[in-house]
Order: sequence, then structure tokens, then C-alpha cells
Amino acid sequence: MEKKELFKYIDDPDQVKIGTAVSHGAYKAWEKALKQMKPAEVIEEVKKAGVRGRGGAGFPAGVKWGFIPKDSPKPKYLICNADESEPGTCKDRELMERDPHATVEGMAIASYAIGCHLAFIYVRGEFVKSYRTMEKAIDEAREKGYLGKNIFGTGYDLDIIVHTGGGAYICGEETALLNSLEGERGMSRIRPPFPAIEGLYGCPTIVNNVETLASVPQIIKNGVEWYRSMGTEKSTGSKIFSLSGHVNKPGNYELEMGTPLSYLINDLGGGVKDGHNLKAIIPGGSSTPFLLPDQIDTPLDYESLAEAGSMLGSGAVIVIDDRTCIVWVIERLTHFYRHESCGKCTPCREGTGWLEKTISRIEHGDGKPGDIEKIESVCDNILGRTICPLGDAAVMPIQSAIKLFRDEWEYHIAKKTCLVKTEFEFK
Amino acid sequence: MILNEQSIAEIKKKMVRYPKRKSAILPALTVAYYQVGHLNADIYEEISEITEIPTVDIAEAASFYTMFPKEPVGKYLIQVCHNISCALLGADSLISYLEEKLGIKKGETTSDELFTLISVECLGSCTTAPMMQINDKYYENLTREKVDAILDELRSRA
Repeated sequence: MEKKELFKYIDDPDQVKIGTAVSHGAYKAWEKALKQMKPAEVIEEVKKAGVRGRGGAGFPAGVKWGFIPKDSPKPKYLICNADESEPGTCKDRELMERDPHATVEGMAIASYAIGCHLAFIYVRGEFVKSYRTMEKAIDEAREKGYLGKNIFGTGYDLDIIVHTGGGAYICGEETALLNSLEGERGMSRIRPPFPAIEGLYGCPTIVNNVETLASVPQIIKNGVEWYRSMGTEKSTGSKIFSLSGHVNKPGNYELEMGTPLSYLINDLGGGVKDGHNLKAIIPGGSSTPFLLPDQIDTPLDYESLAEAGSMLGSGAVIVIDDRTCIVWVIERLTHFYRHESCGKCTPCREGTGWLEKTISRIEHGDGKPGDIEKIESVCDNILGRTICPLGDAAVMPIQSAIKLFRDEWEYHIAKKTCLVKTEFEFK
Repeated sequence: MILNEQSIAEIKKKMVRYPKRKSAILPALTVAYYQVGHLNADIYEEISEITEIPTVDIAEAASFYTMFPKEPVGKYLIQVCHNISCALLGADSLISYLEEKLGIKKGETTSDELFTLISVECLGSCTTAPMMQINDKYYENLTREKVDAILDELRSRA
């Protein structure tokens, strides 16, 4: 069901101001963590709460923090990943622009947990309003003594730098983000070493998504039991879902994990746009496999979506109605992945190019017998063979579209045109 | 100098924050881009002078990031998102409408150098589709009426 915790004060236009945010309880968890808890206790709480990475990978945040070597003499860094660019996803932008202090506070607590004194938030360069709002929030927090030297008189120092990116999807991948933050081209790095051992400037580094970090103050303030009372046993807490596409009321909605997808689309989203019929749903951002209409009751949690053959991903739910040609959808997405491939490893660089060319010619009425098999073969040669997950992200929606709508692909090649004509007019 | 005093001050303020100076490249490019509208070798030289980062490092990074046009564009750079959420709500027809209104094709600049029209990948504004970015501002939930008003306003401001 709908559960406004991250979005509790999102409709208050003054929530961006530190006075209002503090009156709503901001920085209480930061004070508690710093004054009453040891870093290891903070990590333990977040581990027990079970909050998983909200950027898409779903890795448990507390476990990730625990990978930071305790005996390393090097500085530790925390980076908040605000390079939000998975098509369909726009939740972090809303969090940053409407309640920036939740993210600042989450970053502060995470920094303390891993022993970081200089943290970064990497905001995609197009999000001008987001990074200006974050900069202002950080300045205010510094003025009030929530950041800076000797915070709450504990002797702990922390500052946060707002860093801006250059509009590259790949920089949301954590090792590409590290290169980008170091002033390099945003190309991913081979792991190991993992960032927790050797990340920014060769130092132990944790990269967490905005929403993940914004969830942390709630856990510290209200406790593990309270957090775990939301969601399911393995997918705890609440999560923001960006609902877009063919739906009457698109928007960012915060739900308890495990809420049925149908509740989001029909009850909150007002159903499929203008009374059309549902064709498919992308449940977790453009790189996740499609769900079919009969799967609309799938609970929105990591396990249920995996069982349904897809992924929770970033929680970006894209609704597609039956006026839509699936080859057209895939052409659009594959163009994106080809454009965003950093070019470092061959399967992704060459493979996404081949995929785009072949899919595009099918879409434009020039498909040849054997093209579907060619696409499948290229997909097989990308999946699991690339340095970073971008290759897999490009392949998953294609494989899914061929599996679920093979007749449409075959029709396209045979008849040189779409089975359903896609012409969407804006109003 | 192409960069104005405000941009130079902003770059100087940003560059000293980092443990390693090279990290200031992208923020510096962003400041320059939002002032000038595009980037070029002269700007890389200027950033290099301000930051003492070798020009080649700046050019190497800049060439990777497609957010920065490398050729002059119109005073207003119209970037329409053509990715999936926007496309499902008529981004292609929005582009055609803008082409018609401006009398140019996608990728071109109007003869008065006021508008350049391009389409771009997802701008993270999917729940308010269709949308476009003009310079540093997002315009969301676009309708024909809204587009008309936006263009009129920008023309009157120019």
C-alpha cells in the first residue's frame, strides 16, 4: 500500500529549508548516531534493517559498508550516486529537489559508519535544480553545524562536495562514476579490486544511491523493528516507484515493498491511459524484462519480481498499451544503450552497435530472414561477458521482447511493417 | 577571455575542494557550458589556465560527455527527450511540432541563431513526459499550448 516515509514532507514547499526540515525531525538521527552509537553499531543496524540498494542492483547497504577495511590507513570516501538516468527513473531527482536534507543526513550517517570525512554527491549535469538545491542544503547544514568541524561537539569532521556529471548514463555504474569523479572519461573499471577496497583515488569507497541513503536516517531514528514492519521479510521498508508511460496518473509513488503492481497502476495511477488495453509492463527501469498483463498482480519486491522473470531494478514502472509496436520500443531502447556504451569492452561496444543496426532495419521494414536469430546470437555473446552491467542491461529487454512477442518480430520481417502502428500524438 | 568573471570565480571555488585537482574538470566544464552554450578548444585552454590542469586532460574528458555541444548552438538549445517514457506520450510528434514551429529540422539552428533543436536520451523526467530541456531549465508535461507559450516567451526575452 502507499506509505509516505521518504515522501512524508514532500508536499511542503518549505521542506527544502533547513529550519522546516529540522522542525520535522531532520538531523535527529545524525545526532543520535554520532553521540550515542559506534560506527560498527550503525552498520549493524542498517544491516539488520535489510535496506537494499535502491539504484537498481539491490545489494544490502549495511553489508556493503561492512566491506570497508578497518585497518586501512587511507582516507575513506562515501559517494552518493545521483546520476539518475535509467530510462523511466526520476525518483532521486524528486527527493533531492523536495527534501534534500534527508539525503544530506543519510550521507552524514553513512560517512560516520565507514569513517569518511569527505563525501561526494555525484549529480547528473542536466539536473541543475537538483544540484543547486543540494548545494544550498549542504551550505545550510554547514552553517548550522551539522557538517563541518567538530560536529555536535564530538570532534567528528565531515564535509560534502556536490559534483556534477556530464550526462552519461554509464556514470551511474559505480566504477565509471569513480573514473568520472577523478576527471577521467566515464569508463567502467575491471573488478576486483572492488571500490570498497580501492575506489576513489585508490582509497576505500562506498557508492550508494540517493534513495538508499535517504532511507538511513529513518532506520537510525525509528529503529530496525519499525523499518522491518514495512515490506516483506527479504524486501524490507518502503520504496519510491516512478510510474510512467501509458497510465492516467503518472508520478512518483512511495509504496511498502510487496505491494501488488496492480495497486500502483490501477489504484494510484488511474489505470491504463484513456481506457486502452495493457500490452506489457517494464517493472524496474528500461533494462528489466517485460511483464505481461496477467502478471499485473505481482508484488513489487525483489523476490516476487525475480520469480516473475524480471527485476525490481530502480523501481521505474513503464506501462505500455496495446497500440504499441514492441519492435519500436526495443529500437528506442537499443539506440539508447548503443549511445551510452562507454566503448571500453568489445562485446558491449560492438554488440550494441550490431543490435541497433539489425533491430532498426527490422523496424523500418528492411528486416531479413535470420535477423531474429542474429539478434539472439549477439545477445548471447554480450550477456555476462562485459566489464560492467551495461551490456546485460542492453540485452535483457531484447531477449524478453523476443521471447514474449516473437510473432510480432516475425510479422515485422515478413510483412515489412508493424503489426500495430505506433503513432503517439502529444496533446 | 570567453569565460566571464562569475564563471571563473565559480570554477576557482570548485577546484580547491578536491583532494586531487583533476576532479574539477567536469564541474568546470559544466560551468563553462552553461555560460557559453557549447565547449571548444579555446575554452579548454582557459579552464587549463585557471585550474592548472593540462589542456589535453580537459579535452580528453570533454569529448566523452555528450551533454556538452562541441559546436556553437543557438541562444536557446532545445533538447527533447526521445527515450521510452516520453516516446510513449508523443515525443516524436513533439519534435515534429517544434520542427514545424521553428522552420528547421532536428539538428539545425534557426537563421536568427535563436534556437537549436536536438533530441536527447532520457533526462530523468519520465513521470512528467513529454518534456524538454532548454538551456538549464526543464519544461514538463508539454502540450501544444505550452510549447507555443514557451517559444513566445523565449522570443520576447531575446
